[in-house]
Amino acid sequence: MNRRDALSRVALLLGGTVIGAEFFLSGCTSSDKKVGQSVDFTADDIAYLDEVAETIIPATDTPGAKAAKVGTFMTVMVKDCYDEKNQKVFLDGMNKINEDSRKKFGGNAFMKITPEQRKQLLTELDKEQKEHAKNKNKEDDPHFFTLMKQLTLLGYFTSEPGATQALRYVPVPGRFDACIPYKKGDKAWAL
Amino acid sequence: MPGDSLNVHLNTKATTQNTYDAIVVGSGISGGWAAKELCEKGLKTLVLERGRNVEHIKDYAGTEKNIWELPHHLKQTEEDKKNSPIQSKCYAYDEVSKKFFVNDIENPYTQVKKFWWIRGYHVGGRSLMWGRQSYRWSDLDFEANAKDGHGVDWPIRYKDLASWYSYVEKFAGINGNKDGLAHLPDGEFLPAMEMNCLEKHVAASLKQNYSDRVMIMGRSANHTKQVGDRGPCQYRNKCHQGCPFGGYFSSNSATLPAAKATGNLTLRPNSIVLDVLYDKDKRRATGVRILDAETMKTEEYYAKIVFLNASTLGTAQILLHSVSDVFPNGFGNSSQQVGHNLMDHHYGVGARGEYEGFADQYYYGRRPNGIYVPRFRNVNDRTKRSDYVRGFGYQGGAQRGRVSNADGIGIELKEALTEPGNWTMQLGSWGEHLPYYENKVTLNKDKKDKYGLPTLDIDCEFRENEKIMRKDMIDSAAEMLEKAGLKNVKTFDNDPPPGFCIHEMGTARMGRDPKTSVLNGNNQMHDVKNVFITDGACMSSSACQNPSLTYMALTARAADFAVNELKKGNL
Repeated sequence: MNRRDALSRVALLLGGTVIGAEFFLSGCTSSDKKVGQSVDFTADDIAYLDEVAETIIPATDTPGAKAAKVGTFMTVMVKDCYDEKNQKVFLDGMNKINEDSRKKFGGNAFMKITPEQRKQLLTELDKEQKEHAKNKNKEDDPHFFTLMKQLTLLGYFTSEPGATQALRYVPVPGRFDACIPYKKGDKAWAL
Repeated sequence: MPGDSLNVHLNTKATTQNTYDAIVVGSGISGGWAAKELCEKGLKTLVLERGRNVEHIKDYAGTEKNIWELPHHLKQTEEDKKNSPIQSKCYAYDEVSKKFFVNDIENPYTQVKKFWWIRGYHVGGRSLMWGRQSYRWSDLDFEANAKDGHGVDWPIRYKDLASWYSYVEKFAGINGNKDGLAHLPDGEFLPAMEMNCLEKHVAASLKQNYSDRVMIMGRSANHTKQVGDRGPCQYRNKCHQGCPFGGYFSSNSATLPAAKATGNLTLRPNSIVLDVLYDKDKRRATGVRILDAETMKTEEYYAKIVFLNASTLGTAQILLHSVSDVFPNGFGNSSQQVGHNLMDHHYGVGARGEYEGFADQYYYGRRPNGIYVPRFRNVNDRTKRSDYVRGFGYQGGAQRGRVSNADGIGIELKEALTEPGNWTMQLGSWGEHLPYYENKVTLNKDKKDKYGLPTLDIDCEFRENEKIMRKDMIDSAAEMLEKAGLKNVKTFDNDPPPGFCIHEMGTARMGRDPKTSVLNGNNQMHDVKNVFITDGACMSSSACQNPSLTYMALTARAADFAVNELKKGNL
């Protein structure tokens, strides 16, 4: 049983979510490489990643990724859970977003452009990563935006605001009800 | 009490201090049971555990935390994978439970063939992290070797074990339905958990489409009602992190506290058993020699009976390391079977699919259990296969996950991910592994661990019978899901190596003939009558059910036999 299957099987048995497992798998892909040298992220990096994450999961009637501190979460995961290869893909991607932003929006880096422009930029990257994932060989590097999106979704939906407000979370259910009514619009369980 | 009438020959003060009525090596599922039974029968019992102590509830730190309170939200780090490249592959290894898995670098072994050995070196062993699925065996299993000629005949039949299953089930607390199946006998059950709506639908479909199989609710050692001071289950599904509610069976929550309550238990953690000591004149074991993992000093402990419950591979390691003039090839190994006939279940194979109905149905709580499809191949003449012997079962379940592969970013993505998606269901299969003499574990004297002890070479594989069976395991899973109307049914075969099902067994098998087996029908060594082995090592075949409940029943039965023999003066 590989990790992907183990996780999805567990998620299944747990009544958990397969999607979380998949995000984790791609986000924390294992390799036999040594642990990466310590990657340093600055407060500016975190603020920048917060905005990337907020563009992916914005605040609505529930908090967005920035309020869930997803930028910080991403740096912790990249530092501790990524091998050197994926660390490099991720770090290069941080630069790439700014390059694209400058090219498209009159020399302005990502932090300088409007939320609409950010959404436009990342929407294109999302299409690009989807195409990349479809065509890539197993041993090819993932697209950097695949990693950023996965970490954002994982980080957000397992954060306190994400789990308790965007989703429903009951730490100690106390019982199991096998079949209960569901109506469209009811939120999914967080775990 | 029975222990009081026993004669103990004491030579010195040190010997007195180190002398007990019984020694139990290991504190996992079977060791915990041996401790409980022997202590309750009045024997002063020393339990030796190679790892550190783990106290029930007190040592489960982290399980009370919300996922966002954990730095990596439960995920593994590169450091984890570096320290435990094998353990970290296990489904139960997470940011909280990882403290219950060994450091692979510090505890090396050699994979002569690929073998992933999942271990917990601490009080309670793997009884803390196990999946808790609990099924009886039947004569379909106990007669299998005799009927098709693989391995040696089991020296026992279901009737020998039935009352002991009942005995351990009542204490362990197993939930389940009485399903009335001859080859998966009913037990003494707590109320069963319930199937969700898609599981009920697939179960009904099986009933309609097949005359040879059923889907039943899984039977597990989670407490749907309070058992003694344990539980009930709170449906968090974090069992493997240690349950602060005691809502399940483990050595730490159940058997060791019961043993302790008698006043007869001495638990000694950090005690690595090196050898079993032997008196060749009396032809009896006199005790064991240990290495204290903290002080690195050796010490001897003495007892009238010794139970080896160090796990299938751990027990084999001790036997192979206990050499003497009488037993140059390992303790009680005149049969040359010690270390051989290593089995696991082959699994990681099956199918999953989506279901486009029940959009108005959901569930509440996180059920630590799934469904079970008991074996339906080679059960009788009607279900006989020409291409392989024995059979397999399925475990699995249905869930309503969130949408996967959601496109886009922004508000639309967020909304798509906050609602449950389609129902999905998975069937994963667990298949029987035949006993092959060549599947073995041996000592490697050239590769020592940090204590200076020889490590294990594990040489084990799945063969033709297992490989052919796997095709059926895949095809039948897909067929059942498709017949139940699931769409987009996809099969999987992750091809995990032996060991990874964590059902390793068979290295000191039971049998009728001392020439071809290590233990008799009472788990007593043919060669040394006061040594008993009741962990997975004792198994003569693997069946396809999860084995822990059978280890419990065999242990309680052997302990009863041992104490009676002791009273009769036969040991």
